[in-house]
Amino acid sequence: PSPRSSSASLADCPGTGSAQAGSAAACQGCPNQRLCAAGAAPDPAEAAELRARLRSVKHTVLVLSGKGGVGKSTFSALLARGLAAHDDKQVALLDIDICGPSVPRMMGLEGEQVHQSGSGWSPVYVEENLGVMSVGFLLSSPDDAVIWRGPKKNGLIKQFLRDVDWGEVDYLIIDTPPGTSDEHLSIVQYLSAARVDGAVIITTPQEVSLQDVRKEINFCRKVKLPIIGVVENMSGFICPKCKNESQVFPPTTGGAEKMCQNLNISLLGKVPLDPQIGKSCDKGQSFLAEVPESPATSSYRSIIQRIQEYCDLQHSQEEKIM
Amino acid sequence: PSDPPERSNLAAVQHILLVLSGKGGVGKSTVATELALALRLAGKRVGILDVDLCGPSIPRMFRVQDSAVHQCDSGWVPVFAHQDKSISLMSIGFLLEKPDDAVVWRGPKKNALIKQFVSDVAWGELDFLIVDTPPGTSDEHISTVEALRPHKPLGAILVTTPQAVSVGDVRRELTFCKKTGLRVLGIVENMSGFVCPHCSECTNIFSKGGGEELAKHAGVPFLGSVPLDPQLSQSLEDGRDFIQEFPKSSAFPALAHIAQQILDGTSPRSS
Repeated sequence: PSPRSSSASLADCPGTGSAQAGSAAACQGCPNQRLCAAGAAPDPAEAAELRARLRSVKHTVLVLSGKGGVGKSTFSALLARGLAAHDDKQVALLDIDICGPSVPRMMGLEGEQVHQSGSGWSPVYVEENLGVMSVGFLLSSPDDAVIWRGPKKNGLIKQFLRDVDWGEVDYLIIDTPPGTSDEHLSIVQYLSAARVDGAVIITTPQEVSLQDVRKEINFCRKVKLPIIGVVENMSGFICPKCKNESQVFPPTTGGAEKMCQNLNISLLGKVPLDPQIGKSCDKGQSFLAEVPESPATSSYRSIIQRIQEYCDLQHSQEEKIM
Repeated sequence: PSDPPERSNLAAVQHILLVLSGKGGVGKSTVATELALALRLAGKRVGILDVDLCGPSIPRMFRVQDSAVHQCDSGWVPVFAHQDKSISLMSIGFLLEKPDDAVVWRGPKKNALIKQFVSDVAWGELDFLIVDTPPGTSDEHISTVEALRPHKPLGAILVTTPQAVSVGDVRRELTFCKKTGLRVLGIVENMSGFVCPHCSECTNIFSKGGGEELAKHAGVPFLGSVPLDPQLSQSLEDGRDFIQEFPKSSAFPALAHIAQQILDGTSPRSS
């Protein structure tokens, strides 16, 4: 079979929204076939638009989990802050959790609004080199609920990628809601036009979390999203009084360590429970800056370092290819 | 067109109760499970409908994750859990070929299965049907409430942890309930303090008080605070009956009290 030219694919393509998407005769050999069959494929014109907007982004990291409440937003916020601690790096944090946007509060930006300029929507800046976008900034009251079905959520995610003027960005961190649904399919679909370094997957030690996280890992494999590694959060608790360790969320099936071994994925690190983490998130402060001596801070810093190294490696590999 | 309420599979279900949160990982499935076990111990016939299609936790919490669903004349037969088969369950977890298979569906496909779950499961006679939900205010929630509306659900229990970040999401869930006409039975504050098993010092790992404040602010009943209890976490991992096996454990009193308030609210005298 001959290689597909872009004009041939446009003419023969049954349409990414059609029932035959991914399964028509013309789909064989199309690089998007898998995505179409999974129900997610880029419209070529849209893809070009997104590619142009995201050209100025050097590295993109998705923060995922199958499970809710394991610390995705907490980690995304600290990852962004950790990377932005280097003044020469420009960092962007995009929160695509449309129903439960936690990022604005965690970054101390509650009540902020988004401004439009000639070049698009302006992110809300925490520091000069750290900009944030979230649906939270579009809501006028903390009681406002975003009760949207999938298609409307997808539309907003597309807008976030297309209309936000991120400028030149070294790291784009994307915080996601739990699950494997519209938001996840859409972000992978829209980002297929750009370069994604990979996903960091967050879990807690118990099987009830791991069973959902394994599904997320399978999702990543299905849509060919590279996995940078897994972070085991809430991994043990040191009593502030007697200093003994307890397993609040017991790793009854071996925790993330065993799962990573079985699935041949990198375990980026384990972060212990520290009551100060929740407190700083609630207050919109950086836990890393507020409690630098906590064992959790050293864990986070080492994990952030590993992610940075992974991204730098991607960059240098690409330069070699070019 | 679905059956009218009188002839439907939910006709012999006395009370339908949803467990919601805006926030993930606060303990919805845990509260649904423990509430079911407590109501069962009080002599009630209970079922759980798990509409979390991406992260179905219920099967494992009853140690029936390897069970399959069978069909009968009136629809799908629920899976019977517990040693005396006294709790009936339905979850997508039972329909997956492999437990690690990701259900990567967009809204419309999720909505179709939820409609089936609500109308096609042959629950038979139940005192309580507890509906466990995923976090958020999206397809699953809209579809579940719409499908349940003709069957007049009793209301919803909202679960939060004490921190502001959780309460912030649950406030939005309260708005969802208001907008969809779903009565809020009350708020449960979960993971409310951890008592060190070595020295008994209580640490507020996830902060303190947010759930009670939210209930006051929103004018809804506060059903109680459940502490972090490793014995509860362990029971859920092993699929054991925490209510029956660990009545002296730290989370027991709060969970039993929540169940009692539900029973009090649904006893013939109270209506």
